[in-house]
Amino acid sequence: MNIPGNLKYTESDEWFDPSSGKMGLTDYAQEQLSDIVFAEILVSEGDSITKGQAMASVESVKAAAETYSAVDGNVVEINEELVDSPELLNSDPFGAGWMVKIEGGDSTGLMDASAYEKYCQERSQ
Amino acid sequence: MTYIPHSPNERDAMLETIGVKKLDDLFKDIPARHRFPDLNLPPTLSEMEAAAELAGYAEANETTQTMVSFLGAGAYRHYIPSAVDHILSRGEFYTAYTPYQPEISQGTLQSIFEYQSLMTLITGMEVSNASHYDGATAVAEAVNLAYAQFRGKRTKVIVSPSVHPQYRETLRTYTQGMGLSLVGDDARDDIDSGPKEIETLIDENTALVVVQYPDFFGRIFDYTELAAKVHQTGGLICVAVNPTALAILKTPGEMGADIVVGEGQPLGIPLSFGGPYLGFFTTLKKYIHKMAGRLVGETVDNRGQRSYVLTLTAREQHIKRDRATSNICTNQGLLALASAVYLSLLGQKGFKQVAELCYNKAHYAAEQINKIEGYSVCFDTPFFHEFSVCCPRPVSEINEHLLEHGIMGGYEVGKDYPSLKDRMLIAVTEMNSKEEIDLLVDVLKEVNHE
Repeated sequence: MNIPGNLKYTESDEWFDPSSGKMGLTDYAQEQLSDIVFAEILVSEGDSITKGQAMASVESVKAAAETYSAVDGNVVEINEELVDSPELLNSDPFGAGWMVKIEGGDSTGLMDASAYEKYCQERSQ
Repeated sequence: MTYIPHSPNERDAMLETIGVKKLDDLFKDIPARHRFPDLNLPPTLSEMEAAAELAGYAEANETTQTMVSFLGAGAYRHYIPSAVDHILSRGEFYTAYTPYQPEISQGTLQSIFEYQSLMTLITGMEVSNASHYDGATAVAEAVNLAYAQFRGKRTKVIVSPSVHPQYRETLRTYTQGMGLSLVGDDARDDIDSGPKEIETLIDENTALVVVQYPDFFGRIFDYTELAAKVHQTGGLICVAVNPTALAILKTPGEMGADIVVGEGQPLGIPLSFGGPYLGFFTTLKKYIHKMAGRLVGETVDNRGQRSYVLTLTAREQHIKRDRATSNICTNQGLLALASAVYLSLLGQKGFKQVAELCYNKAHYAAEQINKIEGYSVCFDTPFFHEFSVCCPRPVSEINEHLLEHGIMGGYEVGKDYPSLKDRMLIAVTEMNSKEEIDLLVDVLKEVNHE
């Protein structure tokens, strides 16, 4: 399981990159969902978004899940590529599989990589 | 074998747990005299006697078996090859339910896959679901798709007044409480004007435009321009169709439709006094995730053999809950099979032949009726197998007269469109002989001269 050290994490398995403002779904989450066949970003460029608000909806072959914004902020870009290539969420969750890019996000209160790793391990037991 | 899951011991243990001595105590709040009321029933009958009595009741119905019929308005009488029923009644197929388990349901799954393939061929669309209850509910699911596609942000649905009145009623029932406004079919004098009339209503808030093809009055319009107009503002267009007509007409797919739905009854399903029928639903690949209903896909099993499974199920409400497009995820399995068998038996050529027979006979009938003094075909718009006739007297009177001659006349349009008085909708299919049509014409003549 991949947990990059430069990112921050939520208890609902989203990551937030404080330097780029991008958010997405963690490697742990994509593995739980298995093959993702559909992704829909629920916010648009220019929307303001609050922490905990649904930002995307994904469907795998057997499950459906919502992903929530990790922070408050303004949406400056959404990843249009996910509509045609939802499998990017499986193959590159921290890279090409990013979902929404925001401006003004404050990562205070989010888990760092080691806390998130511990959190994942607890749930795997 | 009776199936009672609880043993007396278990029952006693349950009673003891809830603090009741005996089972009867649970019913003590119901007055004794209401527990087993004396029903005033006639003496018991033997099976033979009961069958005779029920047959007697059934004979009181006038049916299309014994009468000449020109009644359509959404349900059409066609010849059904006897093999359709024989295949339907096979034990392996005889359930209306969609199978979940590919391990034991390959035959049923394949039949649904074939049905879906046939529906996309007929409509000229890319994907079909495993079916809905009937044409009306399929139209309603089109609204659900459009609503989900725009995530509730577009709130206007334009419905042509020449969409079947019952479909429009069902639409309104389904969309209650969704915050949508359904416009375009308000009562007005020129309610029978064509698609140009609704074009002016299209705007940025329009999620979906719903039209019918051929429309309720039997007319054929090319919706290509309308579709282009809807797409200019980013909205979707749904065309509700009569599938038989598509055997010889330009498909809605060719016109640029986003969703094509319809009543599948004309495809091998008997009239049956109004149901059960079959709703079909087809759309484009890009909307597949917002489509309601079950979907069967083709795949390969672990031995590399072709096989079939329910697919993309995560879009459905048992998984996606409140974010699902619809709370319908069952299908009309047995009747979808009936239409797949019907179409397979007819083949492309036979299906086209049925449509041509309908078209030619209807046009002969229209021509003859148009010649009768006092009667005229209301529109000069092209039509398929149904047309509106402007009559010299109230339709109910004419129909009463026709009934005396063993003829079920056409539908009384004024029932649903009060401003369109004295109009009769006449449907002619391959089942109507030339003699029947000539008889209709003769009796219509008589009515006018009385």
